[in-house]
Amino acid sequence: MNAMSFETRHNLSIGLRYALLILIATIFIFPILFMVMSSLKPDLQMLRDTASLRAFLPVGDISLNNYAEAFERVPIVQFAFNSVFTTSVSVAASLLLNSMAAFSFAFLQWRGKAILLSLIIATFIVPFEVIAIPMLLVANNLPWIGPEGIEIGWLNSYHVQIIPFIADSLGIFLFYQYFRDLPDELVEAARIDGASIWQIYARIIMPIAGPIVATAAILKFLVMWNAYIWPLMTIRSEELRPIMVGLQYFFQLNVAWGEIMAYLSMVTIPVLIFYLALQRAFIESIATSGIKG
Amino acid sequence: MLTAAEARKKAPLWVRLLLPKDAPLYQRNDALFGWLMALPALLILIVFLVIPFLMAFVISFTNQRLISPNPAEWMGLRNFERLLSVRAFTLEPERDDSGAIVYQDGGIVYPRLRNFTRNNPNYPELDGLREFTSWQSGDNRTVILVADVVFLRALINTLVFASVIAPLQGGLALLLALLLNQALPFINVFRAIYFAPVVVSMVVVSLLWRFIYDGNNGLLNNLLGILSFGSFQPVDWLGNPYSALPAIIAMSVWQAVGFHMVIWLAGLQTIPASLYEAASLDGAGGWQKFRYVTWPGLRNTAVLVLIVITIQAMGLFVQVDVMTRGGPLDATQSVVYQAVQRGFEKQDIAEGSAISVILFVIVFVIAMTQRYLTRERR
Repeated sequence: MNAMSFETRHNLSIGLRYALLILIATIFIFPILFMVMSSLKPDLQMLRDTASLRAFLPVGDISLNNYAEAFERVPIVQFAFNSVFTTSVSVAASLLLNSMAAFSFAFLQWRGKAILLSLIIATFIVPFEVIAIPMLLVANNLPWIGPEGIEIGWLNSYHVQIIPFIADSLGIFLFYQYFRDLPDELVEAARIDGASIWQIYARIIMPIAGPIVATAAILKFLVMWNAYIWPLMTIRSEELRPIMVGLQYFFQLNVAWGEIMAYLSMVTIPVLIFYLALQRAFIESIATSGIKG
Repeated sequence: MLTAAEARKKAPLWVRLLLPKDAPLYQRNDALFGWLMALPALLILIVFLVIPFLMAFVISFTNQRLISPNPAEWMGLRNFERLLSVRAFTLEPERDDSGAIVYQDGGIVYPRLRNFTRNNPNYPELDGLREFTSWQSGDNRTVILVADVVFLRALINTLVFASVIAPLQGGLALLLALLLNQALPFINVFRAIYFAPVVVSMVVVSLLWRFIYDGNNGLLNNLLGILSFGSFQPVDWLGNPYSALPAIIAMSVWQAVGFHMVIWLAGLQTIPASLYEAASLDGAGGWQKFRYVTWPGLRNTAVLVLIVITIQAMGLFVQVDVMTRGGPLDATQSVVYQAVQRGFEKQDIAEGSAISVILFVIVFVIAMTQRYLTRERR
C-alpha cells in the first residue's frame, strides 16, 4: 500500500464505493427489469431465459403479444378507468377537505379546536387494518341516494371506494404544520385589506402551499392507486373493480406468466414514470410523512 | 355600554357554542367559518375512523354478522376466549396392571388426547381444545392445547415476522443511508433507484416475486444454481413451510427498505457537519465518528424507524393473500389475513372485530413504547 500514492488510493476507494453502489442498485433494478423484459417474450422463451442473464435483456422473440392477450383476457381498460377515476377524485377531494380543515385549525379561533386537533393526532396510531372489518359493517348500513330513491348499503359502488378516503388525519396534520409555520402577518395584512376568510384561504394561503400540496397529493395517490384490501372486500362487480384487485384474474393462471408480466408492467410503468419525473418530490413526501407520522 | 360577558349572553346560540370563551364578539365570523371549514373532514373521520374504531370494541363482544336476519346478541368475552385460550395438559403414560409403562414400537403409549377434549365430564375446561404442540418431559407428555390453532399460528407468525423484519429492514436501511450520505457525483441517481420499489404496489411485487421464488423455473433458483456452479438444489421457496415466511420477509424488505432509508437520510442530515469536523480534529476514525457522533444523533430516528416498521409489519396481509393464502401448513398465516378471512369471507364480523381489537392492543403497546423511549429527558 505504501508504494501507492495518496491519489491512487483515493481513486481506488472511490471506485470501490461506486462498485458497491452499482451492485446494490442491481438488486433493486433487476426484478423490475425482469418483469418488463419478460412481458415482451413468449412464455417458453421467458422460462428458458431465466437460466441466464438473458432474463434481463430484450433479446430473442420480442413482441407485444402478451399485452394484446392480457387485454383480451381481462377488462383492463375498465379497471384502469376505475382506478384513475377513484384515485383522481379522492386526491382532489382530500386536498380540498384536508387543507380547509388545517386552515381552520391554524388560523381561525373556535371552541373545541385544540381538543379536536389532539384527537386527530391520536388517531395516527390506528392502522387501517384495525378498522377495516367494522368499517365494512358501517359501509353496509349507510344510506345513499340512488336513481331509485334512498338505498341502504354502500357496498359495490364508486363512492365506497372514494368517500372514506377523502379526509385523513395525516393529511390534515401535514397541512396544519405547514400553515402554522407561515408568518401570521400574511393573514393579518389580508384581513386589514378586508379580505374574507374564504378569500384568505383560496387566494393567499393555498397559492403558496405548493410543496405541501404536492406531498399530500403524492401520498394519497400512492394509497389510492395501490388500494387492495378495501376494494377486495367491498367490490363485487367487474365494472367497478380497480386495477390491483383486477390482478386476481391472474392468481390462479400459473401458465400465463407472459400475460401476468404484461399486466404487471402496465400497472407499474406509469407509476414509475410519474415517480422518475417527480423523484425529488416523491422522496421528500415520504421523508416528511415518516418524520411527522 | 354592555360588558363583553353581557354581550356574549345576548348573542345567538351558535355564537355562544362556537366562539371561544375569551374571544371578542366580533370574531364570531371566524368561529363560524372555522367550524364550517373543518366540518367536512371531521365528519368523514368520525364516520369512517372513529365510529368503526369504537364499533370494533363493541362488536367484538357480540355475535354480529355482516348480514343476518337475527339481531346481534351479547356474548361477553366469548370471542376472545375462543381465539386466545391456551392450556397446558400433561398426559401420563398408559400403565399395565402391574403399574409398568406400556411400550409399543419403542415408544411410550399414551391415552388418546380426544378422550379428554371430547365431552369428558371430568375435564370440562378442555372441551373442544386441540393440540397446538407437545413435548416429552420425563415419562410424561406435555401438550399445549388451544381453542383456535390457526389464529394462534397467525399471531405467532405475525409477531415473528415483525420482530425479524424490524431490525433487519431498519439495519439495512441505515447501511444504505450511510452509503448514500456522501458527496459523490450521481449519488441521487442511486437514491432514486434504491427507493423505486417503494412506489411499486405490494400486490405487483408479490405476484412478481411468486415467479422469482418459483420452484421449477424461478429466477432465484436459477441464479443460485449459476453462482454455485450447478451444485445448488432448487427449492420451492413458497411451497416449503420452513422457507415460506423467510421468503416473504426477504421480499418485503426488498420492497420497503428504501422507505426507511429515506427517513434515516433525513435524520443523518440533521447532524451538524461541525460535529464531524471536531471529531476529525480529535483524531476520530470512521467507526468512532459513527459510534460517538452519528449514532447518538440518530437515537429518535432509530426508535421511529423501528416502531414504524413494526406497526406496518403487524398489518401483514397483501403478501400472504397474493403469494401463499396462509399456507403451506399455516406457515404464513397472519393476524390481518385471519381477520379478513373471518370478518369478510365468512362474514363473521364479530370474530373479525375481536381479531382487530387484539391487533390494536398490540400496536398500541408498541406505540406507547415509542412514546416512552423518545420522551424528553432533561
